[in-house]
Amino acid sequence: METMVVEKPVTYINHAHTVSSWLLTKDHKRIGILYLIVVSTAFALGGIFATLIRMELTTPAGDLLSADVYNRMFTMHGVTMVFFVLVPAVPAVLGNFVMPLMIGARDVAFPRLNLLSWYVFTVGFLFTIASMVLGGVDTGWTFYTPYSSQGSESNVLITGIGVFITGFSSILTGLNFMVTIHRMRAPGMTWFRLPLFIWALYSTSLVMVLGTPVIAITLLMLVLERGLHLGIFDPRLGGDPVLFQHLFWFYSHPAVYIMILPPMGVISEVIACFSRKNVFGYSFVAFSSLAIAVFGFLVWAHHLFVAGISPYSALIFSFLSFAVAIPSAVKTFNWTATLYKGAIWWKTPMMFVFGFLGLFLVGGLTGVFLASLGLDIHLTDTYFVVAHFHYIMVGGAIMGYFAGLHYWWPKMTGRMYNDTLGKLAALLIFVGFNLTFGPQFILGYLGMPRRYHVYPPEFQVLNVLSSAGASILAVGYVLPALYFLYSLKFGAPAGANPWKATGLEWTTQSPPLPENFLTTPIVTEGAYHYSKREIKVA
Amino acid sequence: MLSGFQLFPEQASTLAPEVDSLYLGVISITAFFAIIVVVCVTYFAIKYRDHTGDKVGAPITGSVPLELGWSLIPFFTAIGIFVWASVVFFHIVRAPDQTLEIYSTGKRWMWRFQHIDGQREINELHVPIGRPVRVVFTSEDVLHDLFIPAFRVKADAVPGRYSAIWFEATKVGEYHLFCAEYCGTRHSGMIGTVYVMEQADYQAWLGGGGTTAGGSMLQRGEALFTQLACVTCHLSDGTGRGPSLVGVYGSQVTLDSGAVVTADESYLRESILSSQAKTVKGYERVMPTFQGLINEDGVASLIEYIKSLQAGGTRVASAQ
Repeated sequence: METMVVEKPVTYINHAHTVSSWLLTKDHKRIGILYLIVVSTAFALGGIFATLIRMELTTPAGDLLSADVYNRMFTMHGVTMVFFVLVPAVPAVLGNFVMPLMIGARDVAFPRLNLLSWYVFTVGFLFTIASMVLGGVDTGWTFYTPYSSQGSESNVLITGIGVFITGFSSILTGLNFMVTIHRMRAPGMTWFRLPLFIWALYSTSLVMVLGTPVIAITLLMLVLERGLHLGIFDPRLGGDPVLFQHLFWFYSHPAVYIMILPPMGVISEVIACFSRKNVFGYSFVAFSSLAIAVFGFLVWAHHLFVAGISPYSALIFSFLSFAVAIPSAVKTFNWTATLYKGAIWWKTPMMFVFGFLGLFLVGGLTGVFLASLGLDIHLTDTYFVVAHFHYIMVGGAIMGYFAGLHYWWPKMTGRMYNDTLGKLAALLIFVGFNLTFGPQFILGYLGMPRRYHVYPPEFQVLNVLSSAGASILAVGYVLPALYFLYSLKFGAPAGANPWKATGLEWTTQSPPLPENFLTTPIVTEGAYHYSKREIKVA
Repeated sequence: MLSGFQLFPEQASTLAPEVDSLYLGVISITAFFAIIVVVCVTYFAIKYRDHTGDKVGAPITGSVPLELGWSLIPFFTAIGIFVWASVVFFHIVRAPDQTLEIYSTGKRWMWRFQHIDGQREINELHVPIGRPVRVVFTSEDVLHDLFIPAFRVKADAVPGRYSAIWFEATKVGEYHLFCAEYCGTRHSGMIGTVYVMEQADYQAWLGGGGTTAGGSMLQRGEALFTQLACVTCHLSDGTGRGPSLVGVYGSQVTLDSGAVVTADESYLRESILSSQAKTVKGYERVMPTFQGLINEDGVASLIEYIKSLQAGGTRVASAQ
């Protein structure tokens, strides 16, 4: 296929230029870009908070930030990163952009609703920004009662309302994606021909639709207790503080799977493309996503092992937590087996996949420590937990997001970024990440509690290592922003299929047409049939 | 403080070696799986590298025996770890029968401790070596968490109810005591020191160390029992308007709802502060609530007094 550009083709980007053509767009691709802008802003903001935290912790004394400012920093870092980066990054940015293309649809099932989701999301984000401008919030992103309902003097109400509003964008997106995947697949695109990213998005949508209402109601109850002194969680008002933790984690543990399942789907896409192979054990990988989505709802109380729950219920939740680790292990083994006898093309997206595999492995296996009751008592609420969930959420989810962003960037923009710089960024992030969070496992076992503004001096060496790693990590995250922006203007034209990948999204031009495809594609084979294809050099 | 660099915390309780063995065990098992994956990924990535991007991989789609293998082997391994970890867990949460009780209250941002003999201390906790100690604690405001890394024990302090940790110290020394549940501005300042002492030193400390104003907890509890007029209803022969409290601690109590509960510290605490919550079968719901009339130290003293009420005379106070 010749990709020589004779005249400038019409694309979703250049067919209309006004601001209102973007802000009132019903095009899933433009909405994906709108999400990209907000999510990137949130990521930068959360990164600045993290930088201040790591700078403060280079010395045991509280010499850079006051205690109250420090507490606001880690809270706002958590709130921003969890609700405005990790949850929306892959589904709302990449999912919105590529999901309809991947299933051969013109758009999502409810394009107007999709735009509404973005507005709801952005309004929630603005509320949260407003709470920060007004002085911030200091409850931790977990909003534990009764501190959040009566102890804290910060802007809990505004933040709570912001997160509450944002939840609806998750619910609407989940609903939209499920209907789209059920109803909008191209002829011949059967369930078992779907790319695994679609299975992952479908599983995630289930969790979004079923779980998010619980956090919404919980935050609403918190707002009612704080604002109107309605006794729900505060023992002084006759409430139960541990009830809040049950409700909070009933959403927030499945939310971890909202964050990690879509990146897992990305990994399957990218690893298949750059190994030129089928994903090993397609149906096992597909069903493991569903299994994770379902079992993810049954493990919430493993966050409460020291909160005073019955030891027997702790036993059950510990067992289920071990069980939920198995589908993740199965995925990891399948990805590893996919590489066997592949033709592995070392391009930037694949480098992020290698990084993902290493970091997710550590994140998943350290989860086994925390599922182990006898260890969790010592480890919970320490830096071990901080390290563990960063390995999952940043090492896993953000690495996967970056893999996807580097994989689909040429499709989204029609431009290639610099591959060498991309590999350098992947390396810096991998090394910087391990140096930042590796020492925190040791700190945690030594007993350093999390959310400490000042700490005993014997913990300083490991904290300095961690902060040093964070500075490398910061460079690794800034670099892609630079070469991506540079590529928009100066990048080489990508052509329709720069990675010589299978998948319907690569059969249309880059950037795609406003209507995605000129004619509805007809699917005759499953995903990733690289070995059956004659691959032409672009 | 390079000299302070270490990889493991001090082992200073009978539980610590158990937890550490489990930790090393889980490290070994998980490292085994991690090494397999890392070696395979690295080897495949290098061996099957294609610089051109034009080749295709082998047409391999999957293998059911392999899938079963790498599902079941991790699953059974996980069950093994689960059982081991649960055994250790029950050692951590189940205190032995005879323990030295210490009451504590967390409040922003300090820990108060109250010994049976009446000594009180703040952010310092003196305990004897070689004797099981049980700390029963609550919070006066928000959540806190009593965490002693050298002993490998931790539990949340929840306002309105009692939590407990137990340990038997094995090494004389000074150890950190942290608040591990975020509680606001000076959360990281809510720390203290545990002093593990030889028995003789501990006795000397009890004699001259902390303040004992108001007498031992037992004496204070007994005084409160009269002062708050508990004694007028809870007659020891069982003929009062309230049930006799002799031997109630640790017994199974049948409620008017038919439910049977164990009368532990939390039950006694609730019965004093929220007396309407549960009523013993056969008695009227007439007891007034003492919420706000009595502070946490008073509640603890009352409970300690009730615990001492045993058939055949007053139980010897657990400290000496």
